[in-house]
Parts: sequence; structure tokens; C-alpha cells
Amino acid sequence: MIELHDVHKAFGANRVLRGVNLTIPKGESMVIIGGSGTGKSIALKSILGLVKPDQGQIIVDGQDVDKADRDAFLARFGMLFQGGALFDSLPVWQNVAFRLTRGTLKRPKSEAREIAIEKLRRVGLKPDVADRFPAELSGGMQKRVGLARAIAAEPEIIFFDEPTTGLDPIMSGVINDLIREIVVEMGATAMTITHDMSSVRAIADRVAMLHDGVIKWTGPVAEMDASGDPYLDQFIHGRATGPIEAVR
Amino acid sequence: MSALSLLLSPLARLGAAVLGLCAATGRIAIFAGQTVSHLARPPFYTREFLHALFQIGWLSLPVVGLTALFTGGALALQIYAGGARFNAEAVVPSIVAIGMVRELGPVLGGLMVAARVASSIAAEIGTMKVTEQIDALTTLSTHPMKYLTLPRVLAATLAVPVLVAVGDAIGIMGGYLVGIARLDFNSAAYLRNTVDFLEPWDVTSGLIKGAAFGFIIALMGCYYGMNSARGAQGVGRATKAAVVAASVMILAANYLLTEVFFSA
Repeated sequence: MIELHDVHKAFGANRVLRGVNLTIPKGESMVIIGGSGTGKSIALKSILGLVKPDQGQIIVDGQDVDKADRDAFLARFGMLFQGGALFDSLPVWQNVAFRLTRGTLKRPKSEAREIAIEKLRRVGLKPDVADRFPAELSGGMQKRVGLARAIAAEPEIIFFDEPTTGLDPIMSGVINDLIREIVVEMGATAMTITHDMSSVRAIADRVAMLHDGVIKWTGPVAEMDASGDPYLDQFIHGRATGPIEAVR
Repeated sequence: MSALSLLLSPLARLGAAVLGLCAATGRIAIFAGQTVSHLARPPFYTREFLHALFQIGWLSLPVVGLTALFTGGALALQIYAGGARFNAEAVVPSIVAIGMVRELGPVLGGLMVAARVASSIAAEIGTMKVTEQIDALTTLSTHPMKYLTLPRVLAATLAVPVLVAVGDAIGIMGGYLVGIARLDFNSAAYLRNTVDFLEPWDVTSGLIKGAAFGFIIALMGCYYGMNSARGAQGVGRATKAAVVAASVMILAANYLLTEVFFSA
């Protein structure tokens, strides 16, 4: 279980997070929605320790993340970055098996390569992709490789940052379905940030709406459409008018 | 705006610039300290180190060699022309050798490597930063300073003295070629004069300078890359700043080291 208690983060005068409180139960898929620049990525990066909150507490399975052993803590996570964040200098299989070729999870090279190819197959890529470089792949293939890397070490918790950004609707659907299947199959706790409503409906067990640095609404995805929350309603229906100010 | 504040405004700007410079120096010093501290803490990424050694050392050889060759040749012509004013043309071989190994080899070699390597490191790491590859490294339990900075800084610190040594030899050879082809020196006499007047400390001091310049070059490339702002403009600015900072620091360090090594 992941718990955020009163998490604040500011960059100069810009107060991005203003007291985020959120609980993600173990084994559930939580999707955080909200407009651009509302702090979704900062919330996610705060949990991973990539950004240090100014105030508040983040607890993962009862342990304060500030006090956890960093390597052991990060070994429990997998993450799919918005742009893939694949390492240009490494072939695909070494990207996927990055964690398995160094550190505490290190395996023999041949075994790491085999696992990488198996994970590539799991995300719908053929083994011949393994020796290609990221720059030789399309956007959709790069997302799949990123997904394969996120699941390569069988993490307990997986984060997805804008998984369908830059993809066509069909490829978005494919990635959404893959994420859902993999999360269910692995029994992992998942946290996704997106503003793509088709992703929300495909991936989420629960949804949280972040606006103005706080969680405005959270609940099961099935209750999202009938929430009665004006912020959530405006967002999911994509209305230009409402409590969320739209700059024209 | 009052007359007093108009009068004080340039001073305020000067003060802000000095404070900014002090803060940047402090940040670079901390970055250097953190880099060196990782030397003593495992893991060490040997493959990254060897890759950096190849990129920085081997691939810089042509540019350093050509720079040294032409510099040595030009130096021989200049010393011959200057020496002719007081009938001291015979000093050409020894001055070319001393000038190359003590000053021109390390400084020009360092500046050429700075232009080639600091820019490339800053652009590569800066791009990794803006495309979240550095965040990805962290989430994959890999410390970015251990994986990116330490191998490059160590490789440059070891490779640049070797480049300087090769550059010294090629520079002296450039002087020799010009000496015998254009200035009518006797080949054996030129070589004897070169060897007789060159002392081991002349060479060693140049190599120590090379190591210091290598450290500065890779450190500046990594520092500005790691602190690159977003977007193509941010990476461009980081690249430019890395080359400028490395070049200025090489020249400043060269003066300081020359003071330490050769002041009476």
C-alpha cells in the first residue's frame, strides 16, 4: 500500500503540491488524472524519491520512504516513462535487462538476454527487435520496450507516466490493454498518471483527480461518471467552462 | 529611480555577479567532491569506463596530433625568425622541445580536447536529462554519478596525459621537419639538441598538467550536462557553457600549475 500524507512541494513561488493525501491499496490500479502542470508527475516522482517533498510523509507498505534502504526500495518498483526514456547507447535487450545486468539483481548475460526477449514477447515485440537500438524503433515500439523494461525484474509496484502520450488511438488502446493485462497478471500495485480518459477507463480500479495541488476527488472508476464533483465532471467531459479555469 | 539607487545600481549588479560566481564555484566544487568520493565506493562500471576511454582518448588522437604537428612547425619558424635578431638560431630545437612539452602540448591539447569532449559529454548527458533517462537510471537502482560522471572523469584524467605525450612527440617532430626542410638544420644535430636540453621534469610537469586538464574537461561536461535546462535550447546552453568553462579553467589552472612548478 502506498500512502501520501499532506505532501507539499514548491519550486520557487510555484506551489505545485499543496497537501496531497492519497492511499493506493496493495494490488490495485490507481489512475491520477488532472490538467497539465497540476503536479501529477511531481507526486509520482516524490514517491520514487526523484523529487524531495518540502513537507509531508510518503509511506510504502508501512515504511517511510525517507528511511528505507534506497536500493532495496527502488528494486520493488518498475516505471514506464512518458517518452520511454530508453538509453540510446544500448540495444533494446540491454535496455530491458538493464536491472538484471548490474547490481543486486545481476544475472548471467545469457539469462538476462533470455528474460529480456521473453518480456519483449510479452509486450508484443518479436525477438529480432532485441538487437536494434531505440532510435530505430517507432514511438509505439519504444513504449512497448519501456513497458518491457518496467516489468523485467517482476516489480511489486509499477508506475506509468502518461503511457499513451504521442500514440495514435489504436496504439493507445493496445498499450492500455497491455498495461491492464500485465498489472492483473503480476498482481502488482499500479499508479498511472494521464489525461487520456480512454486510458483511465481501461487501466483504473480507482481514480484520483488532482487539481490546484490537492486531490479533489477519489473513488472507484465505476463511480467516476456519477460523482457529482464539478471538477471531475468538467475534466472527464472535456468542457471548456467550469470550475477549472481554461486559458484561451 | 532616485539618484542614489542609480549610482548604486552598477555596484549591485557587480555584487550579484560576484555572488553568482562564488555560488557556481561552490556547486562545481561540491560536484567534484561527490565525483571523487564515488571512486572509493562500489560498484565501478568498467564497461562505461573503457567506452569513455576510447571516446575521449583514442578518438581525440587525430585532432590533438594535427594541432601539435602544425604548432611545432610554426613554433620552429617563429623561434628561428626571433632568434636570428641576435644570432641565436641554434636554440630552435631546444626551445621547440621545451615549449611543446611544458606549455603548448598540454594547453593546446587540453583546449582541443575540451572543444571536442566537454561539448560532447554535456550534450549527451544534457539530452539524457531532458529525456528523463537520468531519472530512469535512478529508478533502475543505478546512481547517475557512478554510471555517467565517474567513468568519464576518470577516463579523461588518464587519457589526456597520454594524448599530451603523443602530442609532445608529434609537435617536436613538426619542429624537426620544418627545421631540416626549411631552416637547413642538420638532422642529427637537431635531434641531439632536442634531447640534450630536455629534462625529465619538463615532460613530467606537462603530463601532470594534462591530467589536471582532463579532470577539468570531463567534470565541466558532466556538471553542465547534469544541470541542463529543458529543451534543445537548454542542452545548447549547457554545451556552450561546458566548453567555455573548461577552456577558461584550463588556462587558469595552467597558470597556477606553472607558478607551482616553475616559479623561482
